[in-house]
Amino acid sequence: MGFKEDLRSGKFVITAEICPPRGTEAAPFIEKARLLKGRISAANVTDNQRAVMRLSSLACSILLMKEGLEPVFQMTCRDRNRLAMQSDLLGAWVLGVRNVLALTGDHVSAGDHREAKAVFDLDSVQLVSMITTLNSGKNMNGVELRGGTDFFIGAVVAPEASPWEPEEIKFEKKVEAGARFFQTQAIFDMDKFKRFFDGAAKTEASILGGILLLKSAKMANYLNANVPGVHVPQGLIDELEGAPDQLEKGIEIASRQVRELKKFCHGAHIMAIGQEESVVRIIEEA
Amino acid sequence: MIITKKKDIEKIVEALKGKKTVWLFGCDSCAEQCQTGGRKELEEMSRVLTERGFEVAGSSLPEETCYRQLAMREYRTKEALPKADAVLVLACGAGVRTVADVAEETQPVLPALDSIFLATVERVGRFYEGCSLCGECVLIETGGICPHTECPKGLLNGPCGGVVDGMCEVSPDNECAWVRIYKRLKEQGRLHLMKKITPPKDNSIGVRPRNVLLREAARPIQKKR
Repeated sequence: MGFKEDLRSGKFVITAEICPPRGTEAAPFIEKARLLKGRISAANVTDNQRAVMRLSSLACSILLMKEGLEPVFQMTCRDRNRLAMQSDLLGAWVLGVRNVLALTGDHVSAGDHREAKAVFDLDSVQLVSMITTLNSGKNMNGVELRGGTDFFIGAVVAPEASPWEPEEIKFEKKVEAGARFFQTQAIFDMDKFKRFFDGAAKTEASILGGILLLKSAKMANYLNANVPGVHVPQGLIDELEGAPDQLEKGIEIASRQVRELKKFCHGAHIMAIGQEESVVRIIEEA
Repeated sequence: MIITKKKDIEKIVEALKGKKTVWLFGCDSCAEQCQTGGRKELEEMSRVLTERGFEVAGSSLPEETCYRQLAMREYRTKEALPKADAVLVLACGAGVRTVADVAEETQPVLPALDSIFLATVERVGRFYEGCSLCGECVLIETGGICPHTECPKGLLNGPCGGVVDGMCEVSPDNECAWVRIYKRLKEQGRLHLMKKITPPKDNSIGVRPRNVLLREAARPIQKKR
């Protein structure tokens, strides 16, 4: 069974994020894939995450497939115009990629190539629409393709966004455009997330709650100060600070959150940022 | 108004290297208000260039330096101008471009300023970018706030995931353009506009260079356009 079928079957689905290497040394990446194989339904491959240049998400998606791990190919709108995006999506399809996660992407000013031109020819809603169009056998301009795609289309939502209503409108537009699964930004407020889920579950889309592994109190503070859209509550920071082994505590917190999600949600999406080996423990302990 | 800022003087001196006489152009419109190309700045530039060993042969301050006729009048009436080894223009790029077109091909016309944006003037000396001259105005649907311009990502369907308490992830001092659009449309009872999917921008309407020709050319233009 694949990722899409897993979600359709109604069982609790776990995905995790793997970050491509900053070069061509792919061995550690493959090592992480082997570690996660059989334990998760699919692995997301980030696309120049945080606007830091890395090995391509498409290439790494193929590497995952070779290891027998189903990829969720992440595509941002930051680095490519609509020609390149459509072309890469067709390429991904012929190479066997079946799941795409459409994202806006962090701005280049957040990354390691601040002098780069930020493209954003499309936004994430338009990207979802475009993939739906490719799925219908046409290109963006309505021209019939010689062979289309049938991607399982995903998108991102930030259930803790403040203010919430503009984000909610965007979420609804993504569903309307054809997004059938959502992997959320990191969630820390379970009550707030539950409220979002109850509304979102009425749509056709499956929701995987985003769980971010907090490796230390220092990391949590760093995230709060530097990473857009992430807010770790002080209670969790205190919990980490008071622990003898902060990483152990972080794994415990993440497991606890996954356990919570299991009670009501369609799945969990674990973001361990370089600590993929800990994902195995989070899953085992959840 | 077109907003300009002064280039580093070292870059200007480097570009003028080997030239002896320099003529200065300011602009009594936008650059004057930006304090980058008015009477005062022409005098200051004249002093600095003289200190650096150049001979400033004179200066012009047209009402609007982007008007070809006004630049031509300077060339016809100021004898030393066509003879200067170089012309330094304290105006926006359109001003530099206009003077460069009027000048003989052999006379270098150089910018002293960087042109940055088209501004909304909050009050004298406070300028904000509110329009990118994209070619197809979306303000009709966005409550008078331009997402192409005021969202650093130019998103057309709502905020990105980086909004923190309503503030922009790229410029944390600015309220997210889409949060402002949301608030205003809501106040106006037009939130339905935000709920419909906006298709991708048609960039074919803005292929450069653009022109608007309301009239025939008065006479054949002999030099490059």
